Amino acid sequence: MRANCWMGVNEVEVQEVPDPKILNRRDAIIRITSSAICGSDLHLYDGYVPTMKEGDVLGHEFMGEVVEVGSGVDNLQIGDRVVVPFPIACGHCLACEREEYSLCENSNPNAELAERMWGNSPCGIFGYSHMLGGFAGGQAEYVRVPFADIGPLKIENDLPDEQVLFLSDILPTGYMGAEMCDIQPGDVVAVWGAGPVGQLAMASARLLGAEEVIAIDHVDFRLAMAERQVGATPINLDQTDVREELLELTGGRGPDACIDAVGMEADHGTGPIAAYDRVKQALRAETDRPHALRQAITSCRNGGTVSVIGVYGGFLDKFPMGAVVNRSLTIKSGQCHVHRYMRPLLDHIEQGRIDPSFIVTHRLPLEETPAGYDTFKHKENECVKVVLQP
Amino acid sequence: MHGKTAVTVNRPPAEVYQYWHDFAHLADFMTNVGSVEDRGGGRWHWRSKARDEEVAEWDIEIVTDEAAVIAWRSVAGSDVASEGTVRFAPAPGDRGTEVVVEVDYQSSEPKVASLVKKLRGDEPGMQLKEDLRRFKQVLEAGEVLRSDGSPEGPDSWRLLHQRPARPLSDAELDELGALR
Ligand SMILES: NC(=O)c1ccc[n+]([C@@H]2O[C@H](COP(=O)([O-])OP(=O)(O)OC[C@H]3O[C@@H](n4cnc5c(N)ncnc54)[C@H](O)[C@@H]3O)[C@@H](O)[C@H]2O)c1
Ligand SMILES: [Zn+2]
Ligand SMILES: [Zn+2]
Repeated sequence: MRANCWMGVNEVEVQEVPDPKILNRRDAIIRITSSAICGSDLHLYDGYVPTMKEGDVLGHEFMGEVVEVGSGVDNLQIGDRVVVPFPIACGHCLACEREEYSLCENSNPNAELAERMWGNSPCGIFGYSHMLGGFAGGQAEYVRVPFADIGPLKIENDLPDEQVLFLSDILPTGYMGAEMCDIQPGDVVAVWGAGPVGQLAMASARLLGAEEVIAIDHVDFRLAMAERQVGATPINLDQTDVREELLELTGGRGPDACIDAVGMEADHGTGPIAAYDRVKQALRAETDRPHALRQAITSCRNGGTVSVIGVYGGFLDKFPMGAVVNRSLTIKSGQCHVHRYMRPLLDHIEQGRIDPSFIVTHRLPLEETPAGYDTFKHKENECVKVVLQP
Repeated sequence: MHGKTAVTVNRPPAEVYQYWHDFAHLADFMTNVGSVEDRGGGRWHWRSKARDEEVAEWDIEIVTDEAAVIAWRSVAGSDVASEGTVRFAPAPGDRGTEVVVEVDYQSSEPKVASLVKKLRGDEPGMQLKEDLRRFKQVLEAGEVLRSDGSPEGPDSWRLLHQRPARPLSDAELDELGALR
């Protein structure tokens, strides 16, 4: 089959690879009808995630049709249309019982590698490094899905792929980011990053009753999308002092909740600290550039919540812990526990309360995936989200 | 060589004990154990897994067998001198069973010494840790999970010798079948 493979930093290539086979009783094989490129894939593309290997098949946002099931899968039939959650979860460990699916204790065969880096291991993830399992991803014609009796969500309506595909990752992720804010009537929610995840975090904050949503980015067409689609108030960080502007918009209080939907590759930051981060990251002395996170923390109102869904991989410098403690801030974070949100969010989509397809700007055949990475990374042609069709 | 590892298994202590109590099950999750056969009278015959070299064989006898602890050691005169203990304790708050395993392997025979190295993994205790992950997977998830990078499932050698995360070729699948 054809599959998009990681070949080194800034290099992906569509190659011919063997078709996936059933390796475990609880496996299914899916013929992919749509997949997507995620901001998380850019962290791999840009070389910020260790333990990648040349030839790894990428992609963790995908859906398709069941073509084969293992003997341990009795809830799926050949021909079923399914969306697959990006975290691989067994459904039976303590973490899965608590519905903390991205912390599944049984889905990362390489847990030891993650333990050495982070102290303990999260779940395995499709197409996302060997430290997170070494599973082939879904930017391909077919994919093997382990624990298929637990993960895949059957789609029994005739909604087009684009409306349900994002149940695999970024809609639940944006929703969990907003849910962690514990939004109360009258709350103002500020979101750093108006990429696909930020857009859906903003839409979710609205759904959960936020009074006002503020979008912070420096890409004008993405800010414009947030304004148009979600009714967000845009702040362009290149043109203004973000914290000052946020204080002005909130009567000097600061936003009640701040969502970081940027992660480890944040741009800019101003002044000496930004230069410091650039040098340290280049020397690999600091792995992540936490400009957005620092700003989210210092901007949040006293006693407010900072919800971190942007991905960080390693270590941060100049972390404003003083602000967290002295102003009683709550920080919540996590890779999304996707399984927990898929069904309720499908219901929201079916009822027309949310339609995540507004973020799709580019549709490409699988063969053009490398161009898709380039366009998405450089935000060319007003790119927000790329969907791939084999 | 000495190894000690702990893991929590989300199943009741009686069930976890019962599974281990049948030593034949050890071959289902211990990477380098090919088979364990019941010889009666509390004795079990172990064979290491044949990969590219010879197979080591030895007999063990059960020294202690209670609901909370099982202990064993090689019978006198075996090529491989091994002893082990596994303890089962209820985890607090209904969180399943805390399993603590301790093993020792030794060999005076140089021919067998390399096999012993295989049995314990490249770093002391490392293979034991991977074996206990497999044990937990079998009891909780019903099988040892394979990935493209680690087709055998958790394995200390494989951690440092990953395949690319892409589907296996037919030849690789055949080889994996032989390992099963
Ligand atoms: N927690 C999870 O489960 C989960 C799931 C999916 C994605 N993610 C993460 O979410 C993040 C965003 O993903 P995406 O697909 O939207 O990616 P993206 O790269 O398209 O979006 C990031 C946006 O942040 C903007 N930005 C950069 N620096 C900024 C700054 N200092 N302040 C404000 N905005 C800034 C960029 O211009 C861009 O529009 C990534 O880190 C991704 O890994 C997390
Ligand atoms: Zn993603
Ligand atoms: Zn689990």
